[in-house]
Amino acid sequence: MTAAVAFLVLLAALAAWWLYGQRLMSRPWLAAGIVEDTGGLAHMPAAKVGLGVFLAVVGALFSLFLSAYTMRMQLADWSALPVPRILWVTTLLILLASAALVWAVRSARRGEKERALDGLLAATGFGSAFLGGQLIAWDELAGSGYRLADNAANSFFYVLTGLHGAHILGGLVALVAVTVKLWRSPDAAAAQLPVELCALYWHFLALVWLVLFAVITGWAGDFLAVCRQLLS
Amino acid sequence: MADVPLDRVAETAATEVEDLTLHHPHSWLTRYVFSQDAKTISIQYTVTALAIGFIALFLSWLMRLQLGFPGTFAFIDAAAYYQLITMHGMMMIVYVLTAVLLGGFGNYLIPLMVGARDMVFPYANMLSYWFYLLAVVILLASFFAPGGPTGAGWTLYPPQAILSGTPGQESGIILMLVSLIVFIAGFTMGGLNYVVTVLQGRTRGMTLMRMPLTVWGIFTASVMALLAFPALFVASVMMLFDKIFGTSFFMPSLIELGTPLDYGGGSPILFQHLFWFFGHPEVYIVALPAFGIVSDLIATHARRNIFGYRMMVWAILAIGALSFVVWAHHMYVSGMNPWFGFFFATTTLIIAVPTAIKVYNWILTLWRGDIHLTVPMLFALGFIVTFVNGGLSGLFLGNVVVDVPLSDTMFVVAHFHMVMGIAPVLVIFGAIYHWYPKVTGRMMNEALGKLHFWITFLGTYAIFFPMHYLGLLGVPRRYHEMGEASFFPASAQMLNAYITVLALVVGAAQLLFLFNLIWSIRHGREAGGNPWRATSLEWQTPETPPPHGNWGREQPTVYRWAYDYNVPGVAQDFIPQNMPPEAVPLGPRPAPGGMS
Repeated sequence: MTAAVAFLVLLAALAAWWLYGQRLMSRPWLAAGIVEDTGGLAHMPAAKVGLGVFLAVVGALFSLFLSAYTMRMQLADWSALPVPRILWVTTLLILLASAALVWAVRSARRGEKERALDGLLAATGFGSAFLGGQLIAWDELAGSGYRLADNAANSFFYVLTGLHGAHILGGLVALVAVTVKLWRSPDAAAAQLPVELCALYWHFLALVWLVLFAVITGWAGDFLAVCRQLLS
Repeated sequence: MADVPLDRVAETAATEVEDLTLHHPHSWLTRYVFSQDAKTISIQYTVTALAIGFIALFLSWLMRLQLGFPGTFAFIDAAAYYQLITMHGMMMIVYVLTAVLLGGFGNYLIPLMVGARDMVFPYANMLSYWFYLLAVVILLASFFAPGGPTGAGWTLYPPQAILSGTPGQESGIILMLVSLIVFIAGFTMGGLNYVVTVLQGRTRGMTLMRMPLTVWGIFTASVMALLAFPALFVASVMMLFDKIFGTSFFMPSLIELGTPLDYGGGSPILFQHLFWFFGHPEVYIVALPAFGIVSDLIATHARRNIFGYRMMVWAILAIGALSFVVWAHHMYVSGMNPWFGFFFATTTLIIAVPTAIKVYNWILTLWRGDIHLTVPMLFALGFIVTFVNGGLSGLFLGNVVVDVPLSDTMFVVAHFHMVMGIAPVLVIFGAIYHWYPKVTGRMMNEALGKLHFWITFLGTYAIFFPMHYLGLLGVPRRYHEMGEASFFPASAQMLNAYITVLALVVGAAQLLFLFNLIWSIRHGREAGGNPWRATSLEWQTPETPPPHGNWGREQPTVYRWAYDYNVPGVAQDFIPQNMPPEAVPLGPRPAPGGMS
């Protein structure tokens, strides 16, 4: 359960930092009168905070899956599957989608509607291609005999990529909705917040994919082994 | 409202500034069924959960009938008993306690107590309830599925949960897992609302340290639930794959009735880790809202500021954080490295410190308070006594060497029913008696309420206290009959029969509550806006029951914390949170004890 606990420790550190700005040491029974709210989140839109909390939940979900993965892979019957080459392409695609969204956010902030639309469309395209690539990877593996129930390594591969793909699919639906919204609205400023939210969600999922990819290929394990050697 | 930072209140102030009727429901359907008003959603959650609670109560009756008078009721055989135990446990913990305390009380109290007009994402909030209802329907459907509901025990441990000897193996277990997944998806939508409303929806002047402890408790529990339920989600998804697609996440190599199964190499212990990574925080997800509510009930009905408010807040946060690093104390008998056992025993015992601080602070709040023995107060006091009892037996069980012999005996059943069954249920009753006048505008009948309290409190104590003794004798839990063993006397069976009779009586007494709840909607005494003369914001709404939008034209401004009771030199014994300092009536108090 190391990955899950580590993730929660990270969240706890964030929560502690936020609580530090909330005057938890104040003596509320002494001070009557108006106290204005302070702290890091007071001026953020609720939707952004909501997305942040949601991403914490998604992060917990994936870190728990990774915990299960690392515990299960230590058992005797585990046999790692070959990593399909196409995953390198999809990794590139998801990063390109992220980059397109960075572009879209910048353009939307500057009020350049056309450029923002270009960014969103590119991100939708790269994102769809990513999903297609993942499906090809499934097809390749299944075709060469690595089926879901044959080994826990296969099961984890399909479940993890499937769950991540489902989240990506949700992100694509949101992207399309925001694209339509921006396309219809007279100025880019109105859609700025939704574009930012899409980008935030997408960057997070790209990060999750990088971690998943590192774990599936076994690099994460090698890296941790090196760390352990350095420490001991 | 001129100097409020605009972007901060924009989410809630929009209705007020632009058009008050903008977001109001226009048809019966959107007002009462597909409502986006947190108060209506709260009532939907509470009523659904109470209905499930009565079903789960009925299941416990059947179990008790079998235990008290084994063999008398032919239809309760071993398989049926396992199904009863599983459904009773899962329903009560997830679909009743979590749903009432977070979905029910959270929805009603958070927006009103922090001075918001509604939750920040009303649409997701509405979806949350409908997902919950769908989960409930799926769960209940398993009673009618071939093979009946699952009898895997509420912990659903593999491998037995999906093997053919277990009742409900055909479809019950699948429906249970799917129902849990739907519940978690629905809860996540609700939980986001509870958390973000506290973070972003507070009205002007309502700093975190001015929030009533009820909000602190529900807020912290919601954060914990958002992070803990994914563990159950992961476990459920993986078990569904094991069951449906034949993967081996949890399933080891097995031979069933002479036939080797296709499973191989999986780890049942992995499931236990995931399950309890959810399961232990779940205890506090139920307990923290109860702690918060009890603090407010005691302060209000003892006319006394809560003792050690800051310490109470810190204790809630400390308990919330610690509860994520104790999960393996449920797995001592599964076998583990002794150092792990030592670590988890230590963290478990450390949790007792902030918990004890809270108990002392409740006692010190009562000390020399102006105690009114109203129905909510009785339930709050009953909670303290029950909770302390269950908490102390938890200290026994937290130690590995004590837990190993007591685990799987009735002692554990007695412990967790005291601490997270009866104790939170007493709080739920107290809270309903307390906030009912705000929800309906009428008081619940006090005489009936007191009768309900005494039967429930004394009855449950009389049920579960002797159960510790049964456990110490070695009577095992999960057995559908005690059977005969050299180590327990024949009188143990008599004790079981006695517990059963009491359980029937206490269960039937809940009909008093149900009657009172329904009868008082029309026939209760008119309550007025603030019958308990309480300080927190929900009692200061311009109308009772509060309409959609809660506050009329203008959201309240908060000038003080929620516990200004009996402030020296003030002419009334409470100061509402939204009363400006210059409006506080100074001078000697009129004749004390003006209220019942």
